[in-house]
Amino acid sequence: MSAVIHDLVNRPYAAGFVSAVESDTMPRGLSEDTIRLISSKKNEPQWLLEFRLQAYRHWLTMTEPVWANVHYPRIDFQNIIYYSAPKPKKLLSMDEVDPELLRTFEKLGVPMNERAALAGVAVDVIFDSVSVATTYKQKLAEVGIIFCSISEAVHNHPDLVRKYLGSVVPTSDNYYAALNSAVFTDGSFCFIPKGVKCPMDLSTYFRINTQDSGQFERTLIVAEEDASVSYLEGCTAPKFDTNQLHAAVVELVALDNADIKYSTVQNWYAGDANGVGGIYNFVTKRGLCKGVDSKISWTQVETGSAITWKYPSCILLGDGSIGEFYSVALTNHYQQADTGTKMVHVGRNTRSRIISKGISAGRSNNSYRGLVKIGPKAESARNYSQCDSMLIGTTCGANTFPYIQVQNRSAKVEHEATTSKIGEDQLFYFASRGIGAEEAVSMIINGFCKDVFQQLPMEFAVEATKLLGLKLEGSVG
Amino acid sequence: MIREASPVLLEIKDLAASIGENKILTGVNLCVRAGEVHAIMGPNGSGKSTLAKLLVGHPAYTVTAGAASYKGGNLLEMQPDARAQAGLFLGFQYPVEIPGVSNSQFLRLAYNSVQAARGRDELDPLEFDDLVREKIKIVEMDPSFLDRSVNEGFSGGEKKRNEILQMALLEPTLALLDETDSGLDIDALRIVADGVNHLANADSAIVLITHYQRLLNYITPDYVHVMIDGRIIKTGTRELALELESRGYDWVRSETAAARAA
Repeated sequence: MSAVIHDLVNRPYAAGFVSAVESDTMPRGLSEDTIRLISSKKNEPQWLLEFRLQAYRHWLTMTEPVWANVHYPRIDFQNIIYYSAPKPKKLLSMDEVDPELLRTFEKLGVPMNERAALAGVAVDVIFDSVSVATTYKQKLAEVGIIFCSISEAVHNHPDLVRKYLGSVVPTSDNYYAALNSAVFTDGSFCFIPKGVKCPMDLSTYFRINTQDSGQFERTLIVAEEDASVSYLEGCTAPKFDTNQLHAAVVELVALDNADIKYSTVQNWYAGDANGVGGIYNFVTKRGLCKGVDSKISWTQVETGSAITWKYPSCILLGDGSIGEFYSVALTNHYQQADTGTKMVHVGRNTRSRIISKGISAGRSNNSYRGLVKIGPKAESARNYSQCDSMLIGTTCGANTFPYIQVQNRSAKVEHEATTSKIGEDQLFYFASRGIGAEEAVSMIINGFCKDVFQQLPMEFAVEATKLLGLKLEGSVG
Repeated sequence: MIREASPVLLEIKDLAASIGENKILTGVNLCVRAGEVHAIMGPNGSGKSTLAKLLVGHPAYTVTAGAASYKGGNLLEMQPDARAQAGLFLGFQYPVEIPGVSNSQFLRLAYNSVQAARGRDELDPLEFDDLVREKIKIVEMDPSFLDRSVNEGFSGGEKKRNEILQMALLEPTLALLDETDSGLDIDALRIVADGVNHLANADSAIVLITHYQRLLNYITPDYVHVMIDGRIIKTGTRELALELESRGYDWVRSETAAARAA
């Protein structure tokens, strides 16, 4: 039967093709000149160049973090391509997009053409280093919403970008955030003005195409007073036998009564069955609940990447603000994930909720790491955390590292954790009722992840369910 | 009811099996025909549960000798799910818990898998709900158990009822019930036994594995077999069970040893 488990975790990676798109690629290596070149290619204002250089200079003084429960050879930052963009760089309309690029996204099921787009989802598409298309821009502009690439925002809305960029994740925050701040090439910018409920889901799709290119995108979402938005993010990359670095920074800002929901289905290439190749996903995501009664909710389904190092967090500054984190992290073969969240309670009556589901198969290692911090002024703050791990087979690992710091006596913090195993006995029980191993595993996994999938927008939930099935095919045997 | 003319469902010949280095079955012979009720009794560790699990395809056991056929085909070559689809059923002694999977979803998937394999219609959730609410009456189980995770937090008796509910839904041709009576109070025992009797019919057979004859007060067997040291060493009728109850197993053992010596 463990042959069944084995088979279930071994389906090929469908998004692993390379597109033959002509690109404008900078030579490998990182220096102040690289940064100046990126900045000049993007025709950036002086303040942004200063922002980058300051980050770079700080980064030089930092050392790579080693505390995460992941193991990999040292990254040679001089051997990475920091800028790669499909030609032509300036697009006036969709017709000018390289047809090969359009085919790439068609193959991936990402709608770049507005007419063909999923009803009600506006998409910003990032290919290697630059944003290649943003759909529904006009329609969103009518209600005052700005949704565009961050490069465009720098030119068209410099005051907004300058005000919020780095306000949640400072350039000196951590090693990879500093690196990102120095070399980020593109990303999405989204601004929901006061009182506007965004009429459709906004979505960004990230694709790394060039071998040895790093992807350093920057996403900034601001919801003003009483505004709300639901944002989706998807990622894929071709199969290469080398590792690519993805070091993104996502910043969310919610003002009074604003509500931001950020959902990710991450399917970066995870490397092959022997652990060769795959993306290093070292990402800093943080939301600031700045206003009273604001709310930020992270939902993530992490299935890809050779290594994931990611802690979408909430700073609950405004009184009565709410932070949520719902996560499914699946690792297989030799994948390693160290992921979780930070809930930092600063304001009074702040609340947070963490639901984390880790699934490990093959020889993978899956760790949950979470911080719940209740500051001295966070009267009556409340947190509930639930961290469940599931093991498939006997060669994988699961760990939970909860950190709880409470500096206010009126706080209530709850933490629950379970570990379960898809055992032979369970599969045999299904089999003895006429149910095959694949269906059995899919049913068990879906049951296990139910609380998280419920948080995803409908299409994403269907996608996530399918993806988990794909990823696990061949792991049960 | 003994029906010598009715078709043979299960035929086991000199079956030997081991788990790792341990020989558990050492030459089992058994023949079960449609319409019959068999009881296999024996002391702890005699191989009764192993025999039941092996017959439905548990991967932990290795067959080292002998043969087993089901409806004339080689049973040992069939995958466990195919055996279930072909009408073999095991009511487990210790049913596993499956957290997160709702009982009703599980039951429906099982039901539809078996229906599809038998070329019959599958049911959608609403249709199935009607069916399962009808069947659940057989075991006098509260419908709220349908919404809970499979066996999770069920008492011993509730788990056993859930097994019989599955038997009612899957309509097996050959049902093996492994210690279905253990851990049941007298009311639960009656309910489970009534359920089994309700499901018995001329085309199917039941093999009960039990330590105690008290179950046989409710379900009357046609044959009672005594299993000791991995073999069936004596076969009799209902009276044999009563005799075992009062005299234990040692006399059967010495009787067999004497017969061999002679």
